[in-house]
Amino acid sequence: MSTHQGKSNRKLIGMLIAGAVGMFGFGFALVPLYDVLCEQLGINGKPQNSASTYKPITIDETRTITIEFMAQIQSDMPWEFTPEVKRMQVHPGELIRTNFNAKNLSLKDTIGQAIPSVSPGQGAAYFNKTECFCFNQQRLMAKESAVLPLIFFVDPDLPDSITTLTLSYTLYNITDRGYVGSVEQGAAR
Amino acid sequence: MKRVLYSFLALLFTPYVLASEMPLNMTKGVTDISGQVYNLHMIILYICCAIGVVVFGVMIYSMINHRKSKGAVAANFHESTKVEIAWTITPFIILIIMAIPATKTLIAMEDSSDADITIKITGSQWKWHYSYFDQDIEFYSLLSTPREQIEGTEEKGENYLLEVDKPLVLPINKKVRFLMTSEDVIHSWWVPAFAVKKDANPGFINEAWTRINIPGTYRGQCAELCGKDHGFMPIVVEALSQADFDVWVAEQKNQASTAAAEAEASLSKSLSMDELMAQGEQVYMSRCAACHQPNGMGLPGVFPPMKGSPITTGPLMDHLEMVINGKAGTAMQAFGKQLTAQEIAAVITYERNAWDNNTGDTVQAADVSQHGQ
Amino acid sequence: MNTLTREAKPNMEIAQVEAASDHQDEHLQQDEHHQQHPSGIKRWLFTTNHKDIGTLYLWFSFIMFLTGGAMAMVIRAELFQPGLQLIEPNFFNQMTTVHGLIMVFGAVMPAFTGLANWLIPMMIGAPDMALPRMNNWSFWILPFAFTILLSSLFMEGGGPNFGWTFYAPLSTTYSPDSTALFVFSIHIMGISSIMGAINVIVTIVNMRAPGMTWMKLPLFVWTWLITAFLLIAVMPVLAGTVTMVLTDKYFGTSFFDAAGGGDPVMFQHIFWFFGHPEVYIMILPSFGIISAIVPTFSRKKLFGYSSMVYATSSIAILSFLVWAHHMFTTGMPVFAELFFMYCTMLIAVPTGVKVFNWVATMWRGSLTFETPMLFAIAFIILFTIGGFSGLMLAITPADFQYHDTYFVVAHFHYVLVTGAIFSIMAAAYYWLPKWTGNMYDEKLGKIHFWCSVISVNVLFFPMHFLGLAGMPRRIPDYAVQFADVNQIVSIGGFAFGLSQFIFLALVIKCIRGGEKAAAKPWEGAEGLEWTLPSPAPYHSFTTPPEIK
Repeated sequence: MSTHQGKSNRKLIGMLIAGAVGMFGFGFALVPLYDVLCEQLGINGKPQNSASTYKPITIDETRTITIEFMAQIQSDMPWEFTPEVKRMQVHPGELIRTNFNAKNLSLKDTIGQAIPSVSPGQGAAYFNKTECFCFNQQRLMAKESAVLPLIFFVDPDLPDSITTLTLSYTLYNITDRGYVGSVEQGAAR
Repeated sequence: MKRVLYSFLALLFTPYVLASEMPLNMTKGVTDISGQVYNLHMIILYICCAIGVVVFGVMIYSMINHRKSKGAVAANFHESTKVEIAWTITPFIILIIMAIPATKTLIAMEDSSDADITIKITGSQWKWHYSYFDQDIEFYSLLSTPREQIEGTEEKGENYLLEVDKPLVLPINKKVRFLMTSEDVIHSWWVPAFAVKKDANPGFINEAWTRINIPGTYRGQCAELCGKDHGFMPIVVEALSQADFDVWVAEQKNQASTAAAEAEASLSKSLSMDELMAQGEQVYMSRCAACHQPNGMGLPGVFPPMKGSPITTGPLMDHLEMVINGKAGTAMQAFGKQLTAQEIAAVITYERNAWDNNTGDTVQAADVSQHGQ
Repeated sequence: MNTLTREAKPNMEIAQVEAASDHQDEHLQQDEHHQQHPSGIKRWLFTTNHKDIGTLYLWFSFIMFLTGGAMAMVIRAELFQPGLQLIEPNFFNQMTTVHGLIMVFGAVMPAFTGLANWLIPMMIGAPDMALPRMNNWSFWILPFAFTILLSSLFMEGGGPNFGWTFYAPLSTTYSPDSTALFVFSIHIMGISSIMGAINVIVTIVNMRAPGMTWMKLPLFVWTWLITAFLLIAVMPVLAGTVTMVLTDKYFGTSFFDAAGGGDPVMFQHIFWFFGHPEVYIMILPSFGIISAIVPTFSRKKLFGYSSMVYATSSIAILSFLVWAHHMFTTGMPVFAELFFMYCTMLIAVPTGVKVFNWVATMWRGSLTFETPMLFAIAFIILFTIGGFSGLMLAITPADFQYHDTYFVVAHFHYVLVTGAIFSIMAAAYYWLPKWTGNMYDEKLGKIHFWCSVISVNVLFFPMHFLGLAGMPRRIPDYAVQFADVNQIVSIGGFAFGLSQFIFLALVIKCIRGGEKAAAKPWEGAEGLEWTLPSPAPYHSFTTPPEIK
């Protein structure tokens, strides 16, 4: 009985340890899984952070979407950062260019990374950027200012329930953090 | 045993007697939504009480009548499919009945479209910043309870810990949309009277809305642990009629231009050491002392001391840079955006001369505004 | 203690089982610890006996209960009055954080593991746990974990101050330097729990006496089996979460930092994916305990045994589908809020079934009210109150008002103190005669019960009102309107804390001596453990018992 039991014990232990290790891996697998779910379901309002290509599409003149722009600076970021236009009306499918203004107020060269967020979250998937300063890290010399362009269009498939899209950019100070080339951001430059 | 039970019951009900000023139930609030939330709360409470009375009633009946000491002999049943199915299905039905109004209210709460006014709320350690999207008005809102009251050397006021220097002002009967975000950690903006509680997440925006029915002053607090002074960042909202609100907006515009003029004037002024020290102490106590402590000693390992530090006793340039532009990756914020040049000049003067730092330096508003130019 | 040191006959069968199954520590295999028990400290350090390890777990958890309780006393002393009197806010946050961590990982979970060690082999007719050496390890790494955690409080900058839920970025970018120690200690606790869970599963699956079929298992064994699977499923996820916190803080990753493409809300999703099953880990074994005690003192078989098993399983499965109800205010889309609200409400159904079954067990029984039964009845009533407030919290719109207030604090303390802790107390009273061979002092037990049950309600019931009136949790100071109720709560807290020393005195008295307990000291008790003499022999069943 004992040897038999020893064998089945070992088998069971092996399975349970494999289960535990698997669940440890699953914890990490939740990270990409979360990103995919968010993108599909618009859970956290994170828009895609890579350039979309604009194929000429029919502009839906019958609908007008209000786009609001917000600029947010993290508390340790010594920049000024404002949208040129706070609010605009666009038709879905229209290609729009707008700018944000940034100025480094400090005496140090500083690298900023803008992180976009769209509200309502379900609208994020329909907000397409063909060009955005948020794709890259932005480096400003001491006291330097810059005009940061954004070119975007709203997907005509945007659900009818959404009439206003708010796009917020949060500017992070990443001078000392060395995220160079990581997670889609800052890879381009 | 009975006496113990009675005193237990008496103790349970003492809160009703003692806390005459504290409401014992959720507020009905001053919006339609908060009223609905209150009703939901009461319905589910009553349902729970009813179930409780039945279940505990049966249990207590059995505890009284089915005692061995009363000669009760145990019955033999130990299952009954019918009964078990019944008490699986019944709660299920009750839950469905409960879920219907809850769903309706929830969908209404999450629909922030067609707002009349939009306000961006930004939390940071440990204050709120309000920005009126269309009115060009923005300001910080900080706890105004004096430190003496917190430390107990002064009598506590009526709105102890629930008062701010500059409340958020909103018009009534207008759909107000809030956009929440944070500059550092997660905060949560909560005003019970509106039934609005929404997290402010760094790097992301969240939406909520309210439509206030009754003018008045409404108070709330940060509801998500956000560090040391989580308990000291209250929210005060003043709800005004549209006419009063318009007056307030006009006043703000006036004040902004006066402030700009004052700031301009301060640049050419030169204050004495005493004046700077007096103003600086005031600014230090309200803005810096939470972390660096009133005695300038900081909190070891968490917040660095001011006394004898290389910043406050070293080159003035570094000190200005630190206060105006903050330090990346730490809790030291860039105060250039939060304080006027005059206030920064005063507080730096104070920091360089208080607690035996005695550098003898005085800093003027002009030095601050010229910093780095 | 002397009763525990009694000699047992060497048992070749177990030695073989161990040699075959346990290949982790070769050097221990030479140790002839079954032939003679080392005495003194060595006995406890090297023990592989399920009863010794169970005893170690139980004492450890009691010490942690007092430690975490002492922190609660500090919290309640500071909150006795408005204003800052005794401690500054940063230390207050450390107290709330470490109190939570210690009570969850140091008091409740080890106590259940201790009970599992003591009882499962006796209940299923086995000689010992299946993996005795791993058992030794899983206990002895725990004191190290908690030493590390507690020592971080004395470091410059202090210990963890971000709440036991350690939400990022407060626990990453803004946390004290000691965070690495916190992470490390959580890792060790996790490994300990997983080893304990593996041991329980292997024991239950492979070591049941012949004839002990699944549907004959005592409910305590059933609930622990399900708990063990939950532990294996979620403790690794917690380990993953703390690892991410560690790399975010020290190694430049950005899982939870928006600046690097992460999302702080994702932390909460991953944490609560662990956290909600964890809640059931801390309550399912209680259900098993209550299901053993209530029939005994009702002198009547448990009503609806099989529905109990199904209810426990469905609670465990549902626990993986409700995590986001802790996060309604983080800004989720409506459909997600609705999904989690419905799933959460659904949990009330199997939980209700359990409560109804216990009441039906008592119905037309022949009741007596010894201390274990008193605690069990208090459990049923007070846990149900905690369940009611849980149902209220499930209603998303209302949760916006309750969330992060004292209402929540009241809710989870009803579930964990008058739920989990009371069931552990009940279990201790119920099985103390079996463990020590002596009857405990019934009068002292009743005093302990009444002191506890009164003070615990003075402590936690008014918290509901504080929450409804708008007092947020985790604040060191509060508005003056909350002063009176907080004072009552604090008094209740001090009284509850002091009452536990009665329990300590009672247990010591019971170990030292007292009226000798019969093999089956409770008239209505059923189960294999009562067929063994009291105190139970060193190796529980040397030959498998006959199961009817």
